[in-house]
Amino acid sequence: MLGRTAGGLYWMFRYLERSENIAWLLEAGMRIALTNSLELDDEWDSVLLTAGQRMAYVERHDEVEPAAVIDFLLRDQHNPSSVRSVVELARNNAREVRTALTREVWEATNATWLAVADALRRPVPTRDLPRVLSLIRQESAYVRGALHGTMLRNDIYNFSRLGTFLERADNTARILDVKYYVLLPSPLDVGGQLDNAQWETILRSVSAQRAFRWRNGGNVTAWGIADFLILDRQMPRSLLFCYERIDRNLAHLATDYAQQHKSHELSHNLRLRLADRSIDEIIEYGLHEFLSECIRAGNELGISIEHDYRFDC
Amino acid sequence: MEPREGFFDEMYGLAGNVRAPYRAYGNWFADEQPRRLLAKTAEAERVFRRTGITFNVYGDDEAEERLIPFDIVPRILGASEWATIERGVQQRVRALNAFLHDVYHRREIFKAGRIPVGLVADNAAFLPVMLGQSPPGGVYTHIVGVDIIRSDEGRFMVLEDNCRTPSGVSYMLENRETMMQMFPELFAGRRIRPVGDYPQNLRTSLEASAPPAADGPAVLAVLTPGIHNAAYFEHAFLADQMGAELVEARDLEIVDGRVAMRTTEGPLRIDVLYRRVDDDYLDPLVFRPDSVLGVPGIMDVYRVGGITIANAPGGGIADDKAIYSYVPEIIEFYTGEKPILDNVPTWRCSEPESLGYVLEHLSELVVKEVHGSGGYGMLVGPAASKRELREFRKKLQTRPANYIAQPTVALSTVPVLTRAGLAPRHVDLRPFALVAPGRVQVSPGGLTRVAMKKNSLVVNSSQGGGTKDTWVVDD
Repeated sequence: MLGRTAGGLYWMFRYLERSENIAWLLEAGMRIALTNSLELDDEWDSVLLTAGQRMAYVERHDEVEPAAVIDFLLRDQHNPSSVRSVVELARNNAREVRTALTREVWEATNATWLAVADALRRPVPTRDLPRVLSLIRQESAYVRGALHGTMLRNDIYNFSRLGTFLERADNTARILDVKYYVLLPSPLDVGGQLDNAQWETILRSVSAQRAFRWRNGGNVTAWGIADFLILDRQMPRSLLFCYERIDRNLAHLATDYAQQHKSHELSHNLRLRLADRSIDEIIEYGLHEFLSECIRAGNELGISIEHDYRFDC
Repeated sequence: MEPREGFFDEMYGLAGNVRAPYRAYGNWFADEQPRRLLAKTAEAERVFRRTGITFNVYGDDEAEERLIPFDIVPRILGASEWATIERGVQQRVRALNAFLHDVYHRREIFKAGRIPVGLVADNAAFLPVMLGQSPPGGVYTHIVGVDIIRSDEGRFMVLEDNCRTPSGVSYMLENRETMMQMFPELFAGRRIRPVGDYPQNLRTSLEASAPPAADGPAVLAVLTPGIHNAAYFEHAFLADQMGAELVEARDLEIVDGRVAMRTTEGPLRIDVLYRRVDDDYLDPLVFRPDSVLGVPGIMDVYRVGGITIANAPGGGIADDKAIYSYVPEIIEFYTGEKPILDNVPTWRCSEPESLGYVLEHLSELVVKEVHGSGGYGMLVGPAASKRELREFRKKLQTRPANYIAQPTVALSTVPVLTRAGLAPRHVDLRPFALVAPGRVQVSPGGLTRVAMKKNSLVVNSSQGGGTKDTWVVDD
């Protein structure tokens, strides 16, 4: 496979994953707005922070204002990470790597782009927001379904999945890092119940409220959420889950190509950070430090993969 | 439907009676609800949009990707009509390959005085670097599209040859795919010759022209200028369907005297490059130095048999409009046969007598630039304003050799579906020929291009033309 094709696949799936993540973040933000449960402006500010777009937003806007934040994250073409921008980037990458995709994956991606571009042609009024956000998530699920159902499990698939999981791990780590202070035990509530709205926001940002309850029943603790999103082996958005998948995808590539690279070592180390760790150890080590390190190591791994597999020709 | 006065309609003839190849279709059509068919047209458009069968228009930011209008009424040819076209195209393509070999080797045809040598020597499409060079397998034009028009019941004429990088074959294939999905009942129980094996035939025929350096199964790649090229969809489509890699110049490098693509596992040599990049851009060391679409040094590899370039560089000399008028002579010279398909009568403005005639009859003629393509830079006399005529007259007088002129041929019509029912629109036909050593294969039918505007004779997609599925049926 061409190095450029591998890069195109990797970025196509990173961007698709990002579009879905932003939709979830907005959904969580909207929820808070509707229930008036938290300090609103703070909440939209942390949505921007989690999306990694606070700087970019502040450059273009004086105030953190809900409608402006929503428009910035959904539609703004000056924002390279707005849903509209990333879906277009994903589709352009798909067009470049058209020959590596099945007809189904290509058509799903193209249809996603057509539908999202159409839905985001004009500013989205609040009453339409739920519909638009659910459309974005559905479209993204549609591409994923086509990928799983029709693609060979070869290098093409592995590069696609690497993009998905690196983006996803980064997203989960950032959500936790922005909210880590909520999860930290304070003398006041050690062992006690968390503020309802706070934990809901976190779980909602990764669409995991239901999953969490299945795992933990009604017992919602800071430890429990941190444990779930960092160390749960079955939760497809947890850091450990993502890192294990990345490691496995890279291992497949190493076998197929009979080539070992620096990426393999980095990925191995990343996984070791979590394996056999308990959440107590992590919190004792410092949750913020730990998460920052994970984000940094993830970036380093991404760059190494680009280099090892000659993404830039 | 009322046929257009004075024009041959392929469904209704001149008299308005459904012709034999259309009989079965005509019966089906008569039983159909017009509203259902119009809805099908809209459905086809959605399918094309969704599939991404679009083309880019240069200098048109607003609509970066446009659809080529698709009409659901097929263009139908009877088996015997098709047999004439097929043989005619094969003959023509063989002769053009022989001509190219001659131009770059012994130049017998010029010595015999059948063509003025100046036409070639001073022609930008002639590449001196190809002199004495024999492409692998002796094939110059691996893929040829021949533009054919029809003036009446029996008469097909060639309007133009495309020996460089003819496009449109993906539309031929997708149009058929779409028709089969929308109207399966039309295909059931009827013998419509299939076209779906084109990509496999293309692959086989390119493999048959592999270079001497190839060991083992030939590695094929399609070279595209990139996603902004007007025909990018087609490049990706053909690479995909052939199972070849789609590469851009930046993916290629020369390694150990071979052209190689940069893969995730390191460089991989390419044996046959189906390039959709013009000669000028192929190798900045030999042709345009500013080209970023080509591979520096590829011509050196080519010269020593390290790669097959399809079509071969320098083939453009055979489809040059100035050469076109000599193709009947070319066919006779190399095959010893009479041309099966005639040319459209053509005046070479380089000849003073012809120029005189053209200037005198400008408002009746179509004048084309010798090197132009895509319907740009041409004058359609009967449709031109006084001012356009005046301006073109000046151009002709300044650079007569730059132009040829043809009568406005009475292009046949085929009905298209409009809101008001069937209406005649002018069409042409581009069959695609694949050339392998010792073999010319013509895909049954080809691409029918149709002028969607009433009375318009311009079928080019860049000028608003559309396409139709093209059927060859048993007589």
